Amino acid sequence: MKLAVLGAGDVGRSVATLAGDYGHEVVALADSSSAAVDPDGIPVDDAVSRKEGGDGVGTADPEEVFETEYDVLVEATPTTLGDAEPGFGHVTRALEADRHVVLANKGPVAERYDELRALEAESAGSVRFEATVGGAIPVLSTIEDCTPQAVTAVRGVLNGTANFILTRMAAEGLDYEHVLAEAQDLGVAEADPTFDVDGTDAALKFVILANVLADGGFSLEDATVEGIEDVPGSALELAAEDGRTIRLIGEATRDGVRVGPRLVPENGALAVTGTRNIVQIETRHAGSLHSSGRGAGGPETATAVLSDVGRLPDLERDD
Amino acid sequence: MGNEPVDRERDPETDIGGGSESESGTETETETETDGGVRAYTVRLELVDEPGELLRALAPIADNGGNLLSIHHERGNITPRGHIPVEVDLECPPDRFDDVVTGLREAGVNVIQAGEEHYGEEISVVLVGDLVENDLSDTLSRIESGANAAVLDLSLTAPEGTESVSSARVRLAIDSGRSNEALEAIRSLGSEKGLTVVEPLLGGESA
Ligand SMILES: NC(=O)c1ccc[n+]([C@@H]2O[C@H](COP(=O)([O-])OP(=O)(O)OC[C@H]3O[C@@H](n4cnc5c(N)ncnc54)[C@H](OP(=O)(O)O)[C@@H]3O)[C@@H](O)[C@H]2O)c1
Repeated sequence: MKLAVLGAGDVGRSVATLAGDYGHEVVALADSSSAAVDPDGIPVDDAVSRKEGGDGVGTADPEEVFETEYDVLVEATPTTLGDAEPGFGHVTRALEADRHVVLANKGPVAERYDELRALEAESAGSVRFEATVGGAIPVLSTIEDCTPQAVTAVRGVLNGTANFILTRMAAEGLDYEHVLAEAQDLGVAEADPTFDVDGTDAALKFVILANVLADGGFSLEDATVEGIEDVPGSALELAAEDGRTIRLIGEATRDGVRVGPRLVPENGALAVTGTRNIVQIETRHAGSLHSSGRGAGGPETATAVLSDVGRLPDLERDD
Repeated sequence: MGNEPVDRERDPETDIGGGSESESGTETETETETDGGVRAYTVRLELVDEPGELLRALAPIADNGGNLLSIHHERGNITPRGHIPVEVDLECPPDRFDDVVTGLREAGVNVIQAGEEHYGEEISVVLVGDLVENDLSDTLSRIESGANAAVLDLSLTAPEGTESVSSARVRLAIDSGRSNEALEAIRSLGSEKGLTVVEPLLGGESA
């Protein structure tokens, strides 16, 4: 397939770099102010090194991306809340042109799921978004395989930064601020970690899951969200005395979404350590399934994007 | 859903075994399961302190194909809610055990634990905030009344640093099947008093 990649951050660059391994061709790669576009395939390495050297990815205007022939738009621009722009606008343009869309950007599927599905219904293209939930872990495709109706709930840890902080606090007996600073030094937490520690990032992912289970109807404002900022080291100590620990756990069902710090058995499946993520998929007929792995990172997320590309049907083309 | 054979090591205090004592003394710790055979199970009940209650509670066991082995009750032992904890050893074919438990519950008996399964009787929550400033004993008694729970024990940490934030772990006994209600009540008490409530995760296979 011919890929047009919007966003040249960790995810966009990794998708472009790995696309060839998966048998796909990159015909466009854009950042916020420039683009590399070539209907016969852009020189990916050049574009990526320019970007990593501090320049734009190319010399073309980002607008030209939409004018070139592509099969799949890969949306990897920043996740935004509310109107989910610019991502939602990009997705709309691709679907209206009967192209497929694969999202890494959580905004459109968390905030405007129903509108997105309505656009998809009018388009020859399809939308997939495995990368938006749990990075490299195949969460949505597992639910798809079980069929969403047979899944009653999804629970788990879907924010590596918060999980890292809680793990370190418990292991070292250190307080929140201290561990957060350490996580920032290590590059585990971003300079502005607000959405990771206040539960927003995890909530977006569980909202997406609730949308998949219930076939839409949810956005971030429907979720009950608490973060880990108010969890002191002493709470983790008390939990440990009882064989438990505290994790930022999300739950998605057809009835709603909740994210907050919860007590879980210290040796239980959900008490993953460090930046690891885990999901527990509760099924109607087959008990619970667990998958864990790396929930973030450029190549990890790109792997999920490219697996989605592989699941897309061929487009009927009239040229 | 594995119902494990019981550990029959301790000495029964009261032993009103319903006849078949042939198995007694066989210290079978192994999980041998023979076709069509019976297995031993322990069921923990909480009874109301009323005449006839014990007999009423035991009837569903025989009615569902179970054979009573022994009953243990330590005199004077009473739950924080004034109920009497009783441990019953019984044997039955493995495929009948669920019926026995269902029979007990349908008869209105409070089944606390059956085989290896707990019926949500105990949960722990961690509370964080200005607990002492906020009148801890009032918090606890409102949990007991609002959540229809009994506080089994409490661990409290000293306030940290200059701030008055402390944490408390509260272990609660809650009627079977009513944990969600109880947690809801604790949540709303927490938000009223400005406390962070760290709840256990119920449901799934992790709780
Ligand atoms: N990183 C992960 O592990 C991960 C995992 C799952 C999902 N995601 C999601 O994937 C998306 C990308 O993540 P990331 O880590 O790669 O983000 P990032 O490093 O912040 O990169 C975002 C990229 O989007 C570009 N961009 C912004 N506005 C644009 C526009 N209007 N048109 C074209 N490009 C535009 C930016 O351009 P400039 O370079 O010019 O600023 C930048 O290259 C986000 O939505 C994120 O939530 C990320």
